[in-house]
Amino acid sequence: MSTNSATAQQAPTGKAPAEQERVSAFAGLSRVMLLGFLRDRGTLFFTLILPLLFLLLFGSLYKTSSSPQVKVAQVGAVQLLDHAQGEQQAELDKILKITKYQEQDQDTALTKVRKGELDGLVTSGPDGQVVLRFSVSDQVKAGSVQAILNSVVQSANQQASGKAPAFTLAASQVEDNSLKPIQYIAPGLMGYAIAMGAVYGASFTLVNWRKKRVLRRLRLTPVSPVAIVGARVGVSVAVALAQTGLFLAVASMPYFGLKLTGNWWLIVPLVVCATIAFMSIGLVTGAVAKTEEAANGLNQIIILPMSFLGGAFIPLDFAPGWLQTVSHALPLRYLITSAKSVLSMGGGVMDVLPSMGGLLVFAVVMTAIASRFFNWDDA
Amino acid sequence: MTAAISADGIRKRYGDVQAVDGVSLTVETGEFYGILGPNGAGKTTTLEILEGIREPDEGRVELLGLSPWPRNTKLLPRIGVQFQASAFFNKLTARETIRTFASFYGVGPKRADAMLERVGLTDSASVHTDKMSGGQAQRLSIACALAHDPELVFLDEPTTGLDPQARRNLWDLLRDINSEGRTVVLTTHYLDEAEVLCDRVSVMDHGKVLKTGSPTALVREIDDTVRVSVESGQLTAARARELFGTAGAEIANLEDNGASLSVSTRAPAPVLSVLAEQNALRGLEVRGATLEDVFLQLTGREYRA
Repeated sequence: MSTNSATAQQAPTGKAPAEQERVSAFAGLSRVMLLGFLRDRGTLFFTLILPLLFLLLFGSLYKTSSSPQVKVAQVGAVQLLDHAQGEQQAELDKILKITKYQEQDQDTALTKVRKGELDGLVTSGPDGQVVLRFSVSDQVKAGSVQAILNSVVQSANQQASGKAPAFTLAASQVEDNSLKPIQYIAPGLMGYAIAMGAVYGASFTLVNWRKKRVLRRLRLTPVSPVAIVGARVGVSVAVALAQTGLFLAVASMPYFGLKLTGNWWLIVPLVVCATIAFMSIGLVTGAVAKTEEAANGLNQIIILPMSFLGGAFIPLDFAPGWLQTVSHALPLRYLITSAKSVLSMGGGVMDVLPSMGGLLVFAVVMTAIASRFFNWDDA
Repeated sequence: MTAAISADGIRKRYGDVQAVDGVSLTVETGEFYGILGPNGAGKTTTLEILEGIREPDEGRVELLGLSPWPRNTKLLPRIGVQFQASAFFNKLTARETIRTFASFYGVGPKRADAMLERVGLTDSASVHTDKMSGGQAQRLSIACALAHDPELVFLDEPTTGLDPQARRNLWDLLRDINSEGRTVVLTTHYLDEAEVLCDRVSVMDHGKVLKTGSPTALVREIDDTVRVSVESGQLTAARARELFGTAGAEIANLEDNGASLSVSTRAPAPVLSVLAEQNALRGLEVRGATLEDVFLQLTGREYRA
């Protein structure tokens, strides 16, 4: 039935008809992967929204806790505090936040001190005595409030004596004055977000395409493996750079106050290398796992400890020595420490180059491991 | 002119199972060729070896004069493949899916959209592939196989799981594809489908080709009886047997299952005239041998899961 009618019609050429419009497999694949990312609400939430919420939360939290103000209740008149004026008043306001209470409200104020809502209660005693009552539930605050009031009393005494002080203490922080918690928090959470995006991007593509036989189907199209890998890396890097941009934009808002300095643009090649390293982790989990659920579990088992040990949530400076040693095996550590260095601490090319090299070596090793587990299909 | 496909002595073993056991076949250019067989006969593995996804343990395959293994990017643009279960990208609509597949061959969106229209999916172009019905998914899958205008098309059980309307709709499409001069190779376990569509079929079982020929030639070849049946209650089985004996009609089998009285015979003429004389033609059905009879004769009747 077919062979006869075939002669009457134009035979297929096996080639696409000449068309003006030109399209490339690379562009087609990139589009597929980008749409897959943007249309997956779960992925969007975990790679963008959640880390950003963490940034807002931690950023605000550490911002207030870094304030050195000690809150005290002043019950009735206290000459020492009431008579502070001018410069003295300004100095006091920096370290003390005073709430005034009437004498009959003393019990209310005391309850607040017990609950830890206030750090101390000040009243006047007989003979110019200043009475301080405090709770030791927060030992740091208890120490501060004693020290502060003691120094206020001392300097008042010294002033009362009418002589210039014989000794003065000039204290200053060793860190640059502009160093704020956001400089630790932003690179850490950004690294966490990038790791999530890149690991999941690679592993889910691999698992889903294998499960849905897309990998096999692609083998029967003339698409080159270079186009597939290139498109996947391209899309993941684009997502990672978008995450970087978003994080830096949010952290640089005046409220959080991150100030980019010097060679901060070095973050771009650094993020590219880190993304490739994270993707290689995804390749391994994607090659081993048969389903998205299994891949999800494996990814979490890797990303969460890596984030804690790599300094994404807690600065590594506070970590014990053995933990710092462990962190040297984790690609996230290199991204976070180098990002911290180039973004706001004046790090240069030589600070990131070794990290970038290490990340790429890591990627090569993991990719080699992944290729040993790789299968075109489940059969 | 070289044959579209020539396979010679291909074998493939999975562990203890000899999935394909020495299959040889030749498919001419422009032919609509069917590979029939029960589940597990080795149809899909044979097809996969022909397509070039699997390497045969033994044997030689040529498609359009080229070897499909190892992956041959010169050959791939000339063939189109539809898998048994559709292979689509996650989270894409029908239109995005076919445009993506078209892009792999450098084919632009205009032609991709035209192909979507060709398979009747223009109205469903914005539907996500995971929300499509079985028939829609199969048609999209076929459209993706055809987007680059291939010479040779492989279809693996394209109508499995479809309702009768969707099947017939798809048959029309497949006939059109073939009548444009494309060589089509299809596997199926629906014999009516093979009978309606295929120029030639190979019946496979246990990894071997049992018989190859046109459906009509295969049916004619088997020496089978004609089955005549009428509604029950017009004539008792005993009376019928007696009358057929008197009329000299040789009866192979006669039975009354309560719904119909059926007679199998090599001489339908005297049987029909006896029934006519007895005025017992209500619900008359006369059925000759079909490809199904050929199939069952070749592969046996026992059920294999």
